[in-house]
Amino acid sequence: MQIRVSVNAAERVHEVEARLLLVHLLRDELGLTGTHWGCDTSNCGACTVWLDEVPVKSCTVLAVMADGHRVRTVEGLEGPGGLDQIQQSFIECHGLQCGFCTPGILMTARWLLDRVPDPTEQEIRETISGQVCRCTGYENIVRSVRHAAESEQAGWSDAEQAGRSEAGQSAWSEQARTGQSGWAAS
Amino acid sequence: MQVPAHFEYRRATDVDHAVALLGRFGPEARVVAGGHSLIPMMKLRLAQPELLVDINELTELSGVRLHNGPDGPELRIGALTRHAELLDCALVGEHAAMLHDAERVIADPVVRNRGTVGGSICQADPSEDLSGAFTALRAVAVIRGADGERTVPVREFFHGPYETAVGPAEVLVELRVPVRAGSGSSYLKVDRRAGDWAVAAAGAVLNLQNGRVTAAGLGLTAVGAPGFGAPDAEEYLLGRSTDAGTFAEAGRIAARACRPVADQRGPVDYKLHLAAELTARALTAAAARAADR
Repeated sequence: MQIRVSVNAAERVHEVEARLLLVHLLRDELGLTGTHWGCDTSNCGACTVWLDEVPVKSCTVLAVMADGHRVRTVEGLEGPGGLDQIQQSFIECHGLQCGFCTPGILMTARWLLDRVPDPTEQEIRETISGQVCRCTGYENIVRSVRHAAESEQAGWSDAEQAGRSEAGQSAWSEQARTGQSGWAAS
Repeated sequence: MQVPAHFEYRRATDVDHAVALLGRFGPEARVVAGGHSLIPMMKLRLAQPELLVDINELTELSGVRLHNGPDGPELRIGALTRHAELLDCALVGEHAAMLHDAERVIADPVVRNRGTVGGSICQADPSEDLSGAFTALRAVAVIRGADGERTVPVREFFHGPYETAVGPAEVLVELRVPVRAGSGSSYLKVDRRAGDWAVAAAGAVLNLQNGRVTAAGLGLTAVGAPGFGAPDAEEYLLGRSTDAGTFAEAGRIAARACRPVADQRGPVDYKLHLAAELTARALTAAAARAADR
């Protein structure tokens, strides 16, 4: 059946089988391999993407369920001006090693910071409790999220970084704010 | 790569449409909402429905409201309410704090964004948290079929593991939780890690008057309690004072009716110990909350 999905604010029309999972639509059909496919049982969180405004585990969502909805993947974090602050903070604080879990954690962490701009360590740990990382022991992940929060709280004194943030957020925010499906944005 | 077997997919436009689709396709059709129980089972071929009826667009089934019914006020929780919505709902925290306790330990935040209250109940997994919680709260399930709506007390809803009162051409639409003045509730769970099933869990709701129990509700999860309930312990509590000895004895009575199975989450004696201890602790916490109101 044919589905229309807005992926990272671009309209995608695709012919899919009902049994195709969203993670495989993104990776295999649309070539967006930033979304990783891990445990296949909704436990590890590597496949986490946003469906409309909230993170979901895309190995447990059928692609047909996304018909008419908006998906945001890790590829949609970076704006024309550069990396999102959460990505920048993971680099600066060594929040990743092998990187397998990173895309899912970035999506969950971005969602947390949008809702809770100054989260406690406990809030960060609870929010990423559905994301499994085998390398880092989570310490640097938590530090990275805190660092991103502090950088954004500091008000973006660096003009260049401010440019990055706005560029990274604008397309998605506008879409989320207006509730439009993003067909025009493509 | 785990992929479900072939199936047909239809998106329902309203509840009647969903019921009609289910009726047309027979018992091999299944409702899907969050899908976080059903889709993994389909990947493993533990379930192979021929038709999935997607009810995600039925916003009429979403949300929580306080309603003044003929038997007093009740919380009406739509079956499509996501776990995250239930956890964020202030009305629920005020009138049925146990549901917030349970939601905090159901799966993880990302799964809670997608999974639904109705889906959890209809899955009827013996380790599913809300089944124990709604049993303790004496909730009522509202089920719609081709002939209209009917109500089933949650205590008669579970017919066995993965079997419920919902017929093949019916849809669970709502759960109604009675709201009583002077009541307090609590839910406690022991699990191995985020997202795992419970080793054991217990929920308790108490109504108090002058320090004595006027009504009690208990629900036990993952320990083989028949119908998730502990009626003998509830009866024992009536009229008694809220002291530690009473609650410990209620826990012992509750555990006596449990028939847990040994698995990787623990041996039988450990689970029976948890059933008694968690019941006593949930009662203690529920009594403290009732006293605050």
